[in-house]
Amino acid sequence: MSIDRRKFIRLSGLTALGLAGASAGNVLSDNAVDSTEAPQTHAPLVGKRWAMVIDIRKCMAAPDCNECSKACHYVHNVPDFDNPKDEIKWIWKETFHHAFHDEGHEHIEEAIKHAKLPVLCNHCDDPPCARVCPTGATWKREEDGIVMMDWHRCIGCRYCMAACPYGSRSFNWRDPRPHIKEVRSDFPARMRGVVEKCTLCDERLARGKLPACVEACKEGALTFGDLEDPNSEVRNLLREHFTIRRKPGLGTQPEIYYIV
Amino acid sequence: MLEKAFSGDKRYWGWIFALLAVIGLGFIFYLRQYAEGLTITGLSRDVTWGFYIAQFTFLVGVAASAVMVVLPYYLHDYKQFAKITILGEFLAVSSVIMCMTFIFVDMGQPFRIINVFLYPSPSSPMFWDTVSLAGYLVLNALIAHVMLTSERQSIAPPKWIKPIIILSIPWAVSIHTVTAFLYCGLEARSFWMTAILAPRFLASAFSSGPALLILLCLLLRKFTKFDAGKEPVQKLAVIVTYAMSLNVFFILMEVFTVAYSSIPHHTAHFEYLFLGLDGHSALAPWMWVSSALAVLALILLLNPSTRRKEGILVFACLTVFASIWIDKGLGMVVAGFIPSPLGTVTEYTPTFPELMISAGVYGLGLLLVTGFYKIALSVRKELPT
Amino acid sequence: MYDAGKVTIGLLIFLLLVTVPFWYNVAIGKADYAPQLEKPANAEQCIRDTEYMTAYHMNLLNEWRDDVVRNNDRFEVATDGQMREKSLSNTCLSCHTSKEKFCDQCHDYLGVEPYCWDCHVIPEELGQ
Ligand code: HEC
Ligand code: HEC
Ligand code: HEC
Repeated sequence: MSIDRRKFIRLSGLTALGLAGASAGNVLSDNAVDSTEAPQTHAPLVGKRWAMVIDIRKCMAAPDCNECSKACHYVHNVPDFDNPKDEIKWIWKETFHHAFHDEGHEHIEEAIKHAKLPVLCNHCDDPPCARVCPTGATWKREEDGIVMMDWHRCIGCRYCMAACPYGSRSFNWRDPRPHIKEVRSDFPARMRGVVEKCTLCDERLARGKLPACVEACKEGALTFGDLEDPNSEVRNLLREHFTIRRKPGLGTQPEIYYIV
Repeated sequence: MLEKAFSGDKRYWGWIFALLAVIGLGFIFYLRQYAEGLTITGLSRDVTWGFYIAQFTFLVGVAASAVMVVLPYYLHDYKQFAKITILGEFLAVSSVIMCMTFIFVDMGQPFRIINVFLYPSPSSPMFWDTVSLAGYLVLNALIAHVMLTSERQSIAPPKWIKPIIILSIPWAVSIHTVTAFLYCGLEARSFWMTAILAPRFLASAFSSGPALLILLCLLLRKFTKFDAGKEPVQKLAVIVTYAMSLNVFFILMEVFTVAYSSIPHHTAHFEYLFLGLDGHSALAPWMWVSSALAVLALILLLNPSTRRKEGILVFACLTVFASIWIDKGLGMVVAGFIPSPLGTVTEYTPTFPELMISAGVYGLGLLLVTGFYKIALSVRKELPT
Repeated sequence: MYDAGKVTIGLLIFLLLVTVPFWYNVAIGKADYAPQLEKPANAEQCIRDTEYMTAYHMNLLNEWRDDVVRNNDRFEVATDGQMREKSLSNTCLSCHTSKEKFCDQCHDYLGVEPYCWDCHVIPEELGQ
């Protein structure tokens, strides 16, 4: 049964994607990200290779905006520590200088130099974190390229954190629960001793929703879609703009693209 | 045979209880770490491995170095090492157990370690490291046990043990090679991403391990009737000399490549280590001390007249050990994380609980070494029982 | 038998010791304890046969966990044709609203402490 049903869902998902893709990035004027409950309402979003395009220019237009990070951390029960030592973050704003460490140069445009742009897990095609994980607690999902986390299996060795060239992974140095501002019950929190990171909202995609950060972005700076679909919004953006990726030289093939 | 470890004079028991106290203290701090999480260490989001993993790395070297007595004795039939080979093997067993304990205390979810075996992941060097360490432990424990048993019964060791001993030689090399692969395969960390890491690890292991063995032999001679003999100790000293020379040579190779090419994300780590970066230089004094000690050790060791003087040799061995311990047990692991892949500098200093837990693990290792050596020497009746 | 008396006394003491938990329960009147399970108000039946659930709910949960996290398979079709989410907090606890008055009743008695709640959040405790 499950095969047939999945096929069906995939088909219906593709249609939904066409719609969602077309409007991705500038849907929802309401910034309140809705909950993940009520599964029946949407067909899942299905793609063969999920990717995201981030328009830095739009982020620069709203330097104090942090909606993507807020929304993500809220729906995923990400705790908020005010010290960098225990800090946990899935998507956050980083200066251009840090995000593109090898890129810039001395005389780069001032505005760019200090521009803050969102960084998150790059969902690499060849993810080093998954390669080094000794238990298969993190792996690349073959059907759509998401680099997943299984919090039930993670032993907390932090090898993936050493292997990630983007600093995208966080470790629960202490019990996070007391530091979650507003706990929600529809997505589990984590406990001390496991690693965590962005999973491109796989739980929302399955319910036909865009990732929380994309939905929350008021500037329409984040666009999410399927790279394998030549008509997708992300493919259009990649065709029309010059885009860069973080540390392309390492061969990890990040699937988060930036329009400068 | 085990009973031999449970009889001894006052001094023996004093030492044992002192070790037990250290272990107990470490254990109490570990309970706290277990309850509160690794937040009680100095580790952070940027520096995710520190003192524990560094000690692990260092001790894998000590474990592997047993091969420096095993190889001459069994392959080249170098009879002078007859007396100390068993000491090398027991040192290896104790070190591997310390390594495993350090890994255990470093885990966020220690009781899930079983997952490494439930879901074996051959693409992960950590998987292979676990396999090779466990194998090495079994090999050495078996060899030491069989050799000692036959010695006690005054019979020749069984024939089947020979191939196992031969196997243990490449295996020793493999444990430290795979440990280097843990690091040098990571494209994210330029500091470790160097093909010379494994050779460097082996060279530093083959100098610090035998240096420790020399010190242990001389200690045993002082406190027991055991005498390793002048010749074998001198032979070990030569091994230390060659290995230490190679080690320093390899480091210089590394420094040349990095400095001459001066690719920023390679040089940054060395800058941090030796000069400080963005105003942070916690490790610099240590690294300079380590370098100075290495030079001093080489001067004392390369010169035969100083090497042959036992007093100076002891000093040189301490110097070698300290130099490599600082390099591997402090600098090597931490510097890989500083600066971070985003170019930020977050420093790391081990905290008091972290040091106490580490002391507890070392205490455990010393306790094992003591017990094993006691057994070995009692069997040889070189100790009053 | 050699020292039969001592052996017998030893055995008796041993027996007494290993049955301590039993005596303890008798003493505190727990011997005939039966878990008081709060029945869901919103349903007559569980999502599988009751016998199956009593005995194998942990297996079902493990299956669900792997389906969701590892196999991207989040929903199942219930007998009434509705889609049901394979979720611990969102599904099980939507009927068994009180973990304390349901799950814990058995678990406390048996002394099992599933660690799931270190992460999975109990809606009732949030007052939702
Ligand atoms: C649709 C509501 C509903 C959902 C969802 C549900 N249950 Fe139940 N469950 C019930 C009802 C009603 C009973 C009592 C059935 C009976 O008495 O025959 C029950 C019985 C049980 C029992 C057996 C209790 C006994 O008397 O031995 C267990 C265990 C159980 N549920 C666990 C679970 C778990 C675990 C989940 C999630 C995987 C779950 N239930 C989801 C309604 C539900
Ligand atoms: C009828 C009594 C009963 C009820 C009600 C019950 N359980 Fe259990 N539960 C058990 C038993 C028995 C075990 C098995 C203990 C063992 O194997 O040692 C168990 C084990 C588990 C385990 C595995 C724990 C482990 O450590 O392996 C989980 C998870 C679990 N239950 C979840 C639930 C949840 C969630 C509920 C409430 C929705 C629930 N149980 C309600 C009796 C019950
Ligand atoms: C380290 C934190 C953690 C622990 C401990 C944990 N889980 Fe989870 N669990 C998660 C996360 C995170 C998800 C992913 C949720 C998602 O993708 O919707 C999840 C998903 C699940 C799911 C499917 C989705 C859902 O909403 O429930 C099940 C079923 C599940 N876990 C069962 C368990 C059981 C049973 C236990 C205890 C034996 C357990 N988990 C312990 C973190 C945890």
